[in-house]
Amino acid sequence: MMRIVALAIASVAGLVMLLSPFFPAMESVGAQSSEIFNVIAAIAFILGAGSLVKVNLSRVGRRDTGWGYALVTLLCFAITLVVGLGKIGVPPNPQFAATPWAGEKDAAGSAFAWIYEFILTPITSTMFALLAFYVASAAFRAFRAKNREAILLLGTAFIVLLGRTFAGVWLTGGFPEWASGLRLENLSMFIMQVFNTAGNRAIIIGIALGVTATSLRILLGIDRSWMGAGGGSA
Amino acid sequence: MRGYRAAYRMVRGRSITSAVARMMLPLLAACVVVTLSHRPASAHPQEVAAAVSTEAAAAVGASTASLFTPGKLPLAVAIVLTSGCIIAWMLQARAGAPMYLRRIPALDAVTNAVGRSTEMGRPVLFIAGIQDMDNIQTVAGITVLSHVAKTTAEYDATIEVPTSRSLVMEAAREAVRGSYQAAGRFDAYNADAIRYITDEQFGFVASVSGEMVREKPAACFYMGCFFAESLILAETGNSIGAIQIAGTAESSQLPFFVAACDYTLIGEEFMAASAYLSGAPDQIGSLKGQDAAKVIVATLILLGVFLATIAALNLPQSEAVSRVLESLKGALGS
Amino acid sequence: MEGVLGILERLDRRWVFLAMALAVAGPILVMGITRKTLPETPTDASRAVFQAVQSLPRGSTVLLSFDFDPGSAGELEPMGVSMARQCALRGHKMVFISLWPLGGQMIDQTIKKVLRADFPQLQDGVDYVNLGFQAGNEQVMRVVLTDFKRAFPTTKSGRATADLPILSGIQRVGDFALLAEVSAGYPGSKEWVQYVVSASGGKLPMVSGCTGVQTPQLYPYFPGQIRGLLGAIKGAAEYESLINTWVLDPASAAEMASAGADSGVAAAIPPKYLEAQRRMGPQLGAHLLMVVLILLGNVVYLAQRRSQRRAAA
Repeated sequence: MMRIVALAIASVAGLVMLLSPFFPAMESVGAQSSEIFNVIAAIAFILGAGSLVKVNLSRVGRRDTGWGYALVTLLCFAITLVVGLGKIGVPPNPQFAATPWAGEKDAAGSAFAWIYEFILTPITSTMFALLAFYVASAAFRAFRAKNREAILLLGTAFIVLLGRTFAGVWLTGGFPEWASGLRLENLSMFIMQVFNTAGNRAIIIGIALGVTATSLRILLGIDRSWMGAGGGSA
Repeated sequence: MRGYRAAYRMVRGRSITSAVARMMLPLLAACVVVTLSHRPASAHPQEVAAAVSTEAAAAVGASTASLFTPGKLPLAVAIVLTSGCIIAWMLQARAGAPMYLRRIPALDAVTNAVGRSTEMGRPVLFIAGIQDMDNIQTVAGITVLSHVAKTTAEYDATIEVPTSRSLVMEAAREAVRGSYQAAGRFDAYNADAIRYITDEQFGFVASVSGEMVREKPAACFYMGCFFAESLILAETGNSIGAIQIAGTAESSQLPFFVAACDYTLIGEEFMAASAYLSGAPDQIGSLKGQDAAKVIVATLILLGVFLATIAALNLPQSEAVSRVLESLKGALGS
Repeated sequence: MEGVLGILERLDRRWVFLAMALAVAGPILVMGITRKTLPETPTDASRAVFQAVQSLPRGSTVLLSFDFDPGSAGELEPMGVSMARQCALRGHKMVFISLWPLGGQMIDQTIKKVLRADFPQLQDGVDYVNLGFQAGNEQVMRVVLTDFKRAFPTTKSGRATADLPILSGIQRVGDFALLAEVSAGYPGSKEWVQYVVSASGGKLPMVSGCTGVQTPQLYPYFPGQIRGLLGAIKGAAEYESLINTWVLDPASAAEMASAGADSGVAAAIPPKYLEAQRRMGPQLGAHLLMVVLILLGNVVYLAQRRSQRRAAA
């Protein structure tokens, strides 16, 4: 019975979202369905936070490998929660001076803004910067001229890598006007606008059809493996 | 209580599909009634009969147009055509028509990967992307998770599923629990193995990378919507010697997965994964229907290229063809 | 294999990481000491962004959507800064929004760095406003199509948008003269094109700045749905150089004076408006290293293949 109810909810909600852009009278229903999803996701936050605390507490308790990281996670979670909910250090809102806690939690000078600016921002920037190192090691390890297509790919990579920097301008900037199309920066743009666009369009069309087929299988209840492999198909 | 009993009587003894269809019919009827009852005040029949003028005719036209958004007609036709292809092939497959499906090496490698984990005594890591359940790639990832979890249960390996969204954690728990139940290994199911980390993209990947380096999973599955963290995950997995199978419809991340993973499902292959792994005839039929729709799209593209080429050349027919193309563009809303 | 090829075959990837660190740090130090930047040749895509803002009548209201977070600020913040700067120099009104949770703070930083620092005469609520982050992804886009103020009922500081002079003529997103969007992923430029620009029938012009990995995805939309495209830090550097060239042009001084910009700005470009061009130096070093690494990797591969063939023979 529960599986039938879950299927029915999935199918009905999906059908509503599918039809709402086409019928003006149903637009508000579609909008409300999206808002319902946001509410459910917000409530699920509590479950997620509970899981985070439980799993990390048990790791600390059992002294599993890396339990120190679990302890740091719990401390950071607790501190940020208290600082954010308590609006610690938040200056009063000039518009509502008589109302306590009317200031924004991340107003300049607040503890939350300090955490954002001096902890979160540098850490996320650092993680993003790791990509430069990893792409270099991936390029050294994986970009091998194993066959004709790979050689073509490598040639294209060289053109784009050099064309997107001053090196391309320096190497081929002296080409005459009639051969300006062969300058690396122009060649790079040509590759991006013609070959890359064609390939991307093909992939986008394939993905769109794949999404349609997957959504249809789920809406019609034919593919029920999202409920567990025991769901099988209708 | 009466409503519940009535609903139960409606679906009792029927197949799932027909039960869902019967429950959807009243909703469809309600949609039609709501749509038809939406009329502007000026389109009252007596006012229309009393004032036969261009303004009244325009008001009637406007009321008819407001039932359906006319600008969306081409999209509606495309959806009906594509869905029709898919459903037609599904019905053919159910009727027993043979359906050929090419091998997808990445999906054939799932069993080997899980077997490797069992032999080495190390866990299987599954990441269903970093987006929420409203993203179809996440749903597709969860469907693949259910199949991988069933294999894991059968092979007596452990599976770890860190998630970036709380809703995805709950959905993943349901999927894995159902799979373990289906495999008859509910005793081995551990809900805490499927846990929420953080919504923050790089916080999530930092945590998962650390766990990968410490626990060294033997098989890593990346199935879902990924962004910049894809290369960090794939390179970390490579450094610990894990077999890596990735699948995403995010075209910007495909090059990173192709470069760093052992197998990659590209775009629609990832969407087809669940159907492929299930082996059910109607699901395989839907893949054939998808291919048929692709043939139609390719034909339309070729036709458009041909017409645009004629229009660009200085031929006697060029002007007429240009006019046809312009009117098509206008009709399609571009 | 022996010798250099053997070393390369067994190379620990940490040496590659060290080489990358040096390739990036070297140009940063050199450019920091010499205060020089590499010359930029703007492409059509960047010029189109510049022209899109220049061609608007003075005083137009522009919607700027900063859909990125600190992780991608290295690539995208210079784009946002340049867009805000050009709009302020042209006397346009700016409405800032974000669909990313941390995007509101990115807007605050840009307003502080550009508008409050160099355009103190601009008033919050009249000439610019920060509406902050709104949850809902595509749902927000659907709502702004018909009712912008319903999607953003208050500013980030809590003022009602219904009372703001800057939004007095704005009912829906199509009432803006231009949508300038800076995108790091989802939701981003693709969603704005699919849900807003296409739905508006092409009446809302859009320009976009995005990360390098997203650029190939967005090229199919240029120059149709997206009038101008800034791809990665290269696009940001080109756009910055276009604005700086315009600012340093004596013919532009009068126009900028009428916008209230400090005429001293035209004498020299402050370092904060050269960030993207500065970052092209490390990009050059990194790209050259990548080319060298790919070549070395293939040398090793070819040597391995040859030795395998010899062994088989």
